[in-house]
Amino acid sequence: MPAGSKLLPSQKVKISRGKVHIIEERCKGCGLCTDFCPKQVLHRSERVNEKGYHLVEVIEEPEKGKFCVACGFCQIICPEYAIWVEKREEYV
Amino acid sequence: MEETCELLHPIDRWLKTERMPHIWCPGCGVGPTIHAWVRALERVGIEKEKVVYVSGIGCCGRGSGYLDVDGFHTTHGRAIPFAVGLKLANPELCVTVISGDGDLFAIGGNHFIHACRRNNDLLVICVNNFIYGMTGGQLAPTTPHGGYSTTSPYGNIEHPFNTPHLADAAGAVYVARWTSIHVRELELSIAEALRMKGFRYIEVLSPCPVNFGRRNNFPEPDAMAKWFAQSSVIMHGADTSKVAIDMGKPIILGNFVKREGKPTYYELLRKLEEMRRKR
Ligand SMILES: Cc1ncc(C[n+]2csc(CCOP(=O)(O)OP(=O)(O)O)c2C)c(N)n1
Ligand code: SF4
Repeated sequence: MPAGSKLLPSQKVKISRGKVHIIEERCKGCGLCTDFCPKQVLHRSERVNEKGYHLVEVIEEPEKGKFCVACGFCQIICPEYAIWVEKREEYV
Repeated sequence: MEETCELLHPIDRWLKTERMPHIWCPGCGVGPTIHAWVRALERVGIEKEKVVYVSGIGCCGRGSGYLDVDGFHTTHGRAIPFAVGLKLANPELCVTVISGDGDLFAIGGNHFIHACRRNNDLLVICVNNFIYGMTGGQLAPTTPHGGYSTTSPYGNIEHPFNTPHLADAAGAVYVARWTSIHVRELELSIAEALRMKGFRYIEVLSPCPVNFGRRNNFPEPDAMAKWFAQSSVIMHGADTSKVAIDMGKPIILGNFVKREGKPTYYELLRKLEEMRRKR
């Protein structure tokens, strides 16, 4: 932000929030989504699917700023078409 | 009921979902490449009924069987000649060839250069994983110098093709290179190519963790993806003769070539027909 400029109360920043959906039977636990999630809300879990692959789980900590912002990168990088994000808008 | 049951992955509209999960290994780059192509088709607004997906043989070749569009899984190396015929017979179709580096540049190498030269109206996407994936990791014409494979256990003594340079030199009207990690840029590049006519070529560098990565110091399913993310440099319009891939050096990505005004083979053929009729 340039020096001296201020965010006016009327100019609230819109941050989108997302809900991550995981299609568990498609996941092969490659780890790309957990590596590339910019907010680091995706984690490898100890749970496995029927093929024995470790599943991914969503762990959000909104108080620390760790929550899904619906960037959708996991959705487009997942080789398995196993993860997708539903966009929900919120005002902060 | 769980709300997830009613919702679908946005790509499911384009997939034969009953065939999922697919055969590709964990971390393979074929899936994201096809996904980027599908998003580009949606972005450009091409009707599903007009879309044709032609592939050759290999892991990547399996893609045409997974999508709910007209798909042709042709014989090894012959995706391009098949697609050329298809497009000439029905010019209304939007024909894309998505195939492996072995399929397009080893057994199919001649078809590639001649289709570039003639400017056949096709989009060709090569999923370059530096290896023959499906048959167990043999040396490909794209395996980097010094790279290990089952048929080069002491390191590759050959020099690989620089495929964007090959396409450029042979006359392709659009040439780009991305990786299956640069999915947003790839989508935009494919969309740009879909809006053009003539022979358009996009190379997509892709991890093959099982057959290339494992033998070349990328032991984890995500290691090659991290290599791409860390060593890529984007240089639009770069001189294609300088973008050869050398392990340990930066990988150059970008939209390299865009040629305007070169008539397609079909256009010249129509002209020829008219000229003949007038005589
Ligand atoms: C005429 C013929 N020769 C050889 C083969 C064996 N073969 C099957 S796939 C393949 C290479 C595939 O490599 P590539 O095109 O790079 O695809 P990938 O599996 O890496 O995606 C070969 C040589 C074949 N199927 N047909
Ligand atoms: S062998 Fe390589 S190219 Fe084939 S599915 Fe596995 S990772 Fe993909």
